[in-house]
Amino acid sequence: MTMTMGTVDESQRTLYPYVTGSSVVAIKFKDGILMAADMGGSYGSTLRYKNIERLKPIGKHSLLGASGEISDFQEILRYLDELILYDNMWDDGNSLGPKEVHNYLTRVMYNRRNKFNPLWNSLILGGVKNGQKYLGTVNMIGINYEDNHVATGLGNHLARPILREEWHEDLTFEEGVKLLEKCMRVLLYRDRSAVNKIQISKITEEGATVFPPFSLKTYWEFAAFKNPTAGAEGSW
Amino acid sequence: MFRNQYDTDVTTWSPAGRLFQVEYAMEAVKQGSAAIGLRSKTHVVLACVNKTNSELASHQKKIFKVDEHIGVAIAGLTADGRVLSRYMRSECINYSYTYESPLPVGRLVVQLADKAQVCTQRSWKRPYGVGLLVAGLDESGAHLYYNCPSGNYFEYQAFAIGSRSQAAKTYLERRFDNFNSSSREELIKDALIATRESLQGEKLRSSVCTIAVIGVGEPFHILDQETVQKLIDEFEIVKEDDVPPAEPQPEGEQDAAADQGAGADQGGGDAAASEGAAPMDI
Repeated sequence: MTMTMGTVDESQRTLYPYVTGSSVVAIKFKDGILMAADMGGSYGSTLRYKNIERLKPIGKHSLLGASGEISDFQEILRYLDELILYDNMWDDGNSLGPKEVHNYLTRVMYNRRNKFNPLWNSLILGGVKNGQKYLGTVNMIGINYEDNHVATGLGNHLARPILREEWHEDLTFEEGVKLLEKCMRVLLYRDRSAVNKIQISKITEEGATVFPPFSLKTYWEFAAFKNPTAGAEGSW
Repeated sequence: MFRNQYDTDVTTWSPAGRLFQVEYAMEAVKQGSAAIGLRSKTHVVLACVNKTNSELASHQKKIFKVDEHIGVAIAGLTADGRVLSRYMRSECINYSYTYESPLPVGRLVVQLADKAQVCTQRSWKRPYGVGLLVAGLDESGAHLYYNCPSGNYFEYQAFAIGSRSQAAKTYLERRFDNFNSSSREELIKDALIATRESLQGEKLRSSVCTIAVIGVGEPFHILDQETVQKLIDEFEIVKEDDVPPAEPQPEGEQDAAADQGAGADQGGGDAAASEGAAPMDI
């Protein structure tokens, strides 16, 4: 016997993420789905990159937003490019809708987690097909669900309570954007890895648009912002 | 010495550009008892003629449910048909595992045709001896396809395969113009009449035919025998009374009695094979 039972070949896995993106927030609105994310990429806690697109259209009917490891997101995009390419190559008038893409991602994420080599992301998938709006999420361990509004990372704690209060089924585009901006502003103030360069993306029956990045107006002159440690002295 | 120099294996061309083994496989489809399919905008109906190998045996199943939205009727080697429907079932279930949505019918049909094609290009393989009528419903509506041992596939408004299918086809050709707007009941009625056409003399009873339906709001299912008998009675199709019980079957031009085939849907094939037709394009 050269090998003892139970030996495993050496292999490299993602044990922790390197460059990460922060929260994505997405809502259903009257005509489809709206999604927002900033363009920051953190190397650990260093805000290393400032121009990373984390909202991408997938095929004709879907929109994908990602937080977590940027390189894993790029790999997921490669999977999806292939998926959509092969779907188009049938050239038979059928196409994968947001529900199909979301379920596919669910299988990929859960499968990788079971290999103890997860894709280190939280993903949001939204889209419209045949008048049917779809919004769902899946994370690195394969947890997935659909909802009228979803968020990843700190957005779950900071944005969703706002959405639960203020979201309703027939938000117009303008109201939807306003609501997302409100969420992103709270995240910008309270999430240390958020960056003030934000993209909003829209998908409707007509297709997906990723709008050019913009910055939010902020006001940092509150006393608590000026001297944040006033009430909590550190040991140094 | 040899009747035909070019038919000893599938991959050998004849100088006329034919693949005899593939054509023989398509002859096997003609030997099997008839299968019929017809389609409206919203429904597809499959029908088939049940033959028994002996009085003591029950007939073989010729219509299979593949998934909620797809079913097949087969003619030819039943064993091959079962293998192919198992393949189709597994493709459907894998697709719905990955995408949580039903596999588009056209795609399944292409995959099936590709599978059949491989058998026409490998020296160590044998083409499938079965023709399949694939009925299904998807995003783009109701579909009826015919899959052939040669690896070809065709989409139809209405079609019939198997022994004496020409009679059914003639009937369908006369009527297919109206099928698109037919109701479910009208389709079933036409399926029953077409089935009767291919019976030749035998009386149409629920015991000699199987009917299956797929349509909008109606998953693929095989109608039970009582329902079929009720429909036959309702449509008053049973007009000619008391045709003598079909024990020794009269031999058609191109089909043989069914009781010679060992566990197959077919009888002896020599009569048909010697006709030397070139049925490559159906």
